[in-house]
Amino acid sequence: MYEFDWSSIPGALPTLARGLLVTLQVTLVAVAVGIAWGTALAVARLSPQAWLRWPAAAYVNLFRSVPLVMVILWFYLVVPQLLRRFLGVSSATDIRMVSALAAFALFESAYYAEIIRAGIQSVPKGQLDAALALGLTPAQAMRRVVLPQAFRNMLPLLLTQAIILFQDTSLVYVIGLADFFGAAYKVGDRDGRLVELVLFAGLVYFLASLAASALVRRLRRRVTA
Amino acid sequence: MGTAWNWGVFLQETPSGGATYLGWLLTGLGWTVGLSLAAWAVALLLGTALGVLRTVPGRLRPGLAAAYVEAFRNVPLLVQLFAWYFVLPELLPRAWGDAIKRSDPLLQQFLAAWLCLSLFTAARVCEQVRAGLGALPPGQLQAALALGLTRFQAYRRVLLPMALRLVVPPLTSEFLNVFKNSAVASTIGLVELSRQSQQLVDYTAQAYEAFIAVTLLYLLVNVAVMLLMRRVEARARVPGFIGAR
Repeated sequence: MYEFDWSSIPGALPTLARGLLVTLQVTLVAVAVGIAWGTALAVARLSPQAWLRWPAAAYVNLFRSVPLVMVILWFYLVVPQLLRRFLGVSSATDIRMVSALAAFALFESAYYAEIIRAGIQSVPKGQLDAALALGLTPAQAMRRVVLPQAFRNMLPLLLTQAIILFQDTSLVYVIGLADFFGAAYKVGDRDGRLVELVLFAGLVYFLASLAASALVRRLRRRVTA
Repeated sequence: MGTAWNWGVFLQETPSGGATYLGWLLTGLGWTVGLSLAAWAVALLLGTALGVLRTVPGRLRPGLAAAYVEAFRNVPLLVQLFAWYFVLPELLPRAWGDAIKRSDPLLQQFLAAWLCLSLFTAARVCEQVRAGLGALPPGQLQAALALGLTRFQAYRRVLLPMALRLVVPPLTSEFLNVFKNSAVASTIGLVELSRQSQQLVDYTAQAYEAFIAVTLLYLLVNVAVMLLMRRVEARARVPGFIGAR
């Protein structure tokens, strides 16, 4: 039978904590940009103007059809060239972090756009009609009347997507960025304790996601009550 | 961006000989499709069984199925894959573990990825099937039981045929997810489509061509699955229910 040896974990905690910080950074940036850009995409998809609707639909469908792994690789290929070209960034900048942030933010925007679109459509049509009848412009009606109600309805879904995103950030492994899982893998590989480190990482993700889902369930009860 | 385009690269012969780079991509596509379909078959069966367990009376069986779903939904897919690939052979009795490690690496990668994707997707199918069963009027089960069917027969003959037809649309998106999730298998070295794109970059340095081709192949798979499922959906539609025409 396999003999467990957990002794390499306590010493590796600072490394793991640095990795966790990277994971949280990527998650938070992707959630923030994803919701902002996703809202713009959702509104564009519902716009009566075809020149707004079509590009937004194409963007969302493209990103939703391609595996996240491919998107991360794509951005790792494209971002360094763009950075060098337009910003003159020196090679000292951590290209992997920048390209991971860009990949996750733009990829998640497509998923957020679909959630937000459903949220906007769940607001009764009469709300928009009433706002327009009161003399608000369509943009004002969207910003002051429809979106606040839509966001309230879809808050649990937005947070659930954030939990999925938190788990998906582990895929930055493919470009060698040391997020929480990447750090755990490196420590395990170095010490020959991959079994313990993979199990430990899994447990941490499990507990964090489970706790977050429990909070979302409580919030959902309050929102729907 | 100053890229020297060279689409002819796909017709060049690979260094190992006997194949073109296009051949590599198609082999990768084959593994992606094969792995995804194999995982989907297991996930559909296991997920349906788990979905039924979640709805039967009592505490133990629904509780076990719920625990399964929580476990597989709250751990990242990549971590699950590494657990099956690196951890499982160590935890098995030594003789088994050694037998696994001595086997063909491709077989090890495929089996680990298959097991991982199947179990991961089953948790998601379970939730959809449970939702489908929950959407049925309770009278259906009561009527079936009153007619003298056992609970097993009631699920087999009455509830599941209805519930599975109702959940075809959400299952379609899970089916699409399997293909996308199969790209994670590239991390343990299985030469499916994503991995082949990286190999092409390493061998030919024509990164844009390789990535564009692979992205198009994924889009193609997506479209094919959607067309297939649209037909399934049309045939499975239950008259009188929402979405029926």
